Amino acid sequence: MPWVFDDSTPIYQQIIEQVKLRIAIGEYRAGDKLLPVRELASEAEVNPNTMQKALAELERDGLLYSQRTAGRFITENQNSIEGLKTSLAVERAKAYLSRMEMLGYDNRGALEELRKFIGG
Amino acid sequence: MSIAVCRNLTKRYGHITALKNINLEIEGGKIIGLLGPNGSGKTTLIKLMSGILTPDEGDALICDEKIGVNTKKIVSYLPERTYLNDWMRAKDIINMFSDFYRDFKADTAYEMLKKLNINADDRLKTMSKGTREKVQLVLVMSREAKLYLLDEPIGGVDPAARDYILKTILNNYSEDASVIISTHLISDIEPVLDDVIFIKEGNMVLHSTVDEIREKNNKSVDALFREVFAC
Repeated sequence: MPWVFDDSTPIYQQIIEQVKLRIAIGEYRAGDKLLPVRELASEAEVNPNTMQKALAELERDGLLYSQRTAGRFITENQNSIEGLKTSLAVERAKAYLSRMEMLGYDNRGALEELRKFIGG
Repeated sequence: MSIAVCRNLTKRYGHITALKNINLEIEGGKIIGLLGPNGSGKTTLIKLMSGILTPDEGDALICDEKIGVNTKKIVSYLPERTYLNDWMRAKDIINMFSDFYRDFKADTAYEMLKKLNINADDRLKTMSKGTREKVQLVLVMSREAKLYLLDEPIGGVDPAARDYILKTILNNYSEDASVIISTHLISDIEPVLDDVIFIKEGNMVLHSTVDEIREKNNKSVDALFREVFAC
């Protein structure tokens, strides 16, 4: 997955979201070692301080952990990874509902449209 | 210790005041975008900090040293125009830089030239404008300086080379050094910046982190710039 940034929010927040997504879809797997901050920054073409800030926050949230000399790793806690997936799914569901609301559908109507679409 | 401090820095050209009372402090480990429309004073500020111009009022310190011979040892400056002799080969210039600057790393320079597919045996005059600009940036970034002053480093090169140049800048400044980049191409460099400085008609009108700008205004630095400097 390439790193893509838009103009609306601070870049470190966008990095956080994209790392979460990478963990959720299994691009980063439990226990994987991350590249050093500088290399990640270079890969994403962002400032190393920005990358550092994002990784520090992900670490506080328990999605990453660091080992003093060995570097930074993806959490091995499956519950955290599952929880992450669920919260991303909720976010997407909310986004779908709010876009449907703009078209005049209430939740029930939105669900009905979705059912029709998937033929269920 | 701050990498650079400007105190009431003022520069006049005849009756035109190019910079008025600039007060500025730059910490180590930062990449700073120096942004402003044409003629706002960006190049003047960079030239004052590199010691090419002398201020009419106020002063500037680099790593606690007054600007002069000693600061030239720790400041790596990329002028907006090329000053290298075009009959020289890239390798001749690398030798010249090795003689001039104690902190110059010839190995680093050769490695970067190779990655950019530039032949060190080629003479500058046989190179395209963009390639010459790349050579100049390679020279400047191959020094282990405390402060890099880059005046329009990406203006003349294609987007692919622009990406490589930004990566080169990101990978080649040490953690305690700082980089000041002046440019008009804000959206291209925005993701690599810590801070931005806006100057307008010789006055500093904003000095802020990029995160703060995006958080407060919900818009990019590029969008804010267009607003502040709308014609």
